[in-house]
Amino acid sequence: MAKHSDDNDVIFEARELKINAVRDDGSELPIVKGVDFKVRRGEVVALIGESGSGKTTISLSALGYCKPGLKFAGGEARLLGQDVTKMSTEELRPVRGERVAYLAQSAAATFNPSILINEQVTEAPILHGTKTQAEADAKALSLYHALELPDPENIGTRYPHQVSGGQLQRLMAAMALCGEPDLLVLDEPTTALDVTTQIEVLKAFKKVIKEEGAAAIYVTHDLAVVAQVADHIVVLYNGEIKEAGPVETIINKSEHPYTKRLMGAIKPLPKAGLGEASNHAHMRDVPALEAKSVDAGYGRDAEGKPKTMVLRDVNVAIERGKTVGIIGESGCGKSTLARVFAGLLPPSDGHLKLDGESIAPDLRNRSREELRKVQFVYQMADTALNPRQRIKDIIGRPLEFYGGLTGAAKNKRLLELLEMVELPPPFAERYPHELSGGQKQRVNLARALAADPEVVLCDEVTSALDTIVGANVIELLKTLRRDTGVSFVFISHDLSTVASFADEIVVLYAGRVAEQGPTDKVLSPPYHPYTRLLISSVPEMRTGWLEDTIASKETITGMSGGVELTDTGCPFFARCPLAIEGTCDTQAPPRRVDGDNHVIECHRDIDELLGGG
Amino acid sequence: MSNAQQNDHYVAPYDAGVSFDELPDSAPSSRYSPSWTGWLGISVVSFWVFIAILGPYIAPLGENDLPFPDDYSEFQMPRPGAWLGTDESDRDVLSRLMFGAGRTIGISFAATLLAYFIGVVMGIGAAISTPRVDMIVSRINDAFLSLPTIMLGLVVVAAVGSSIPVLIVTAGVIYATVVFRLARALGQEIMVMDFVEAARVRGEGRWWIITREIWPNAAMPLMTDFGLRLIYVILFISSLSFLGLGVQPPQADWGSMVRENLGALSYGASVIPVLAPALAIATLTVGINLIVDDISAHSGGKLSKRL
Repeated sequence: MAKHSDDNDVIFEARELKINAVRDDGSELPIVKGVDFKVRRGEVVALIGESGSGKTTISLSALGYCKPGLKFAGGEARLLGQDVTKMSTEELRPVRGERVAYLAQSAAATFNPSILINEQVTEAPILHGTKTQAEADAKALSLYHALELPDPENIGTRYPHQVSGGQLQRLMAAMALCGEPDLLVLDEPTTALDVTTQIEVLKAFKKVIKEEGAAAIYVTHDLAVVAQVADHIVVLYNGEIKEAGPVETIINKSEHPYTKRLMGAIKPLPKAGLGEASNHAHMRDVPALEAKSVDAGYGRDAEGKPKTMVLRDVNVAIERGKTVGIIGESGCGKSTLARVFAGLLPPSDGHLKLDGESIAPDLRNRSREELRKVQFVYQMADTALNPRQRIKDIIGRPLEFYGGLTGAAKNKRLLELLEMVELPPPFAERYPHELSGGQKQRVNLARALAADPEVVLCDEVTSALDTIVGANVIELLKTLRRDTGVSFVFISHDLSTVASFADEIVVLYAGRVAEQGPTDKVLSPPYHPYTRLLISSVPEMRTGWLEDTIASKETITGMSGGVELTDTGCPFFARCPLAIEGTCDTQAPPRRVDGDNHVIECHRDIDELLGGG
Repeated sequence: MSNAQQNDHYVAPYDAGVSFDELPDSAPSSRYSPSWTGWLGISVVSFWVFIAILGPYIAPLGENDLPFPDDYSEFQMPRPGAWLGTDESDRDVLSRLMFGAGRTIGISFAATLLAYFIGVVMGIGAAISTPRVDMIVSRINDAFLSLPTIMLGLVVVAAVGSSIPVLIVTAGVIYATVVFRLARALGQEIMVMDFVEAARVRGEGRWWIITREIWPNAAMPLMTDFGLRLIYVILFISSLSFLGLGVQPPQADWGSMVRENLGALSYGASVIPVLAPALAIATLTVGINLIVDDISAHSGGKLSKRL
């Protein structure tokens, strides 16, 4: 049939592919400016770049699809020799789902919450008539096994909300692969996951792509992840290919300035010595904000105690001008702790101190002055800013409300704040939707700073942002910390970000403090076993890291379960490689002090933790 | 492209720090420009509003004047002097239609405004109050909502007698229940947004939260619904009039005109006295609908995105 065997195993090829955006007035703006690359059978090609680089747009062209407002403007996107950009929807229907499958970033949004998993996984091949129900079920079952899902025989009979996020992400892969497509398009499939979950998903993807002999286009902004799964890398910027080549070459020998910049945005591995020493000029004797043996949770039982206890016996002190990083997987109570500080969730036990004085647990009972001192910055800048208020009103309100500033004085301060967060003055007149995600987050910070606070609680402020934009926001926070002497509580599931920024780290696990202390101490032995797991789960910028990691002892036991709140014993028991049967599961772990305020809550003593692992 | 140019292309903005910070999510919002269906709706509705306001002044005859006092035949076909013919009492259909426009549209508009006032105040009030208060108010509202509107209207009008203020208040209260549900749902949706929580954490009072944080975001979807609700009220008022419990003779309104002239259908004489007011109701409601559809099509995506 085909003349050249070389052409024969090219699954997808983009030739001079051009895609334009169509503006309201009919004029066109090039988004993808002539891109060439090939995907061969059994190969994973990574498209990498920051947001706006056109990577998702290009990957969708493999399905012959353009987002609304975009159109193919030239070149070809050849899937198995056919140019999909020229095909009609009717012609594309058999191609999509049979020849090519798409995996979106959010599995939760992909699955219909009210249909059984198996029905959704097997839907495509049955709809396309390529498989009978029995064949599709058999294929699905083999995929569940291959993806190492727990209880593969029965997982299909559950509903999407009954499995964890990482499992759902793998089930989405099963859904895509059930029709045995030739090409798989994966769009940032692990970006929203915790590091520990990311490992299991990456491992499953890699294995299953190899076993199925499919080709894949993997879209991401994370070079470290790419290093684990891809064979070839295509670096994109602004709709153009900047560099392309085998993964080893790009990762190790790249000379191209843009690739280097992407690498620069990768956060360094968490290790001791990264914490930036902040100045001590603002230090006083008492911590700015302190939680003393705080218990807190949600719901209310007959005795007035929370039904679901999240935080247990948490002691955290935030020194003036210092930054405390709070780290843990999702469900560990990080945001709950921030809500307790902000007074949104009154603790059921224990108390809070501001400047050494006790303050009301409920924000409604706090004075305006007390409210001013503790400010909260939300994760989602989109929802944290009122879409109907101009930036000047959003930032101006705290100035007026707490500082009583009006007229020229308010305006002057407003411009100072905008300058502080590096936004140009004309932005004051804009509405939030006229700003980018990073810019909104800056406004969000400016609003908190407008109150002239003592403590700013930052809840995952960079998680919703692009790597490079997020890195810029972190730089801004560092500057602000230096210039203002404000204390920051920085909550994140991303250990690298926290490590580069915090003076102290609090590691939360299932509502308990597993370990806390100065950044350098926490990130160097002795570790709490959970800290060790988190550190070893951060992807490294080298090929083969994934294989090394999944072979290690911590990861094997650490990946065996998710975060579960327990009433007795150490909640990390089930995932701990050092767990002591009969002790760790029945008794709350003692608090061990390693000097210099470094505290580890574990049944193992410091020496054991130094050596173990 | 030379290497130097390439470098300029992407390294320069990076060095410039913040100006590099990607593009905004969307361009400054484009103004609403109606599509042709929108224009159609606007022209039909403006026509009727024009008639409603100026009808009594430009009508060829008075509301109850007879165009042909000497000719005692009802349901006459259109001819000069009575361009839409005459009705069951030999009155000029065109003039009555023009007088009736103001009454039908005026009453409906006033009733919808009242429904919105009651519904929005109670709905947003319920959304921000404690769960207990919210539950009590909502269940009472549900009870009202479960009553068939036309039956409820009939009972009220039969009990207190029909007059224009009674009609307005009755329709206003009945439709406030629907508005209440919408306003409460919108209010609740906005209440859980982070910016409202941010205002609470700041220590803002309830009044500020309602007027500055919730209302501006609820106003737009509510206004779109206002048009739809107006249609229902027009149909409701017309139905009451049709049943003889709305606007009372000899005053004209579109619903009562249909009823008065129903006899024309069995006489086999001119059916225009029945069709003209029915058509007026139909074109007005369809016209409003076209505008509402066009506006929501324009702002649909963005509206929900901003919420």
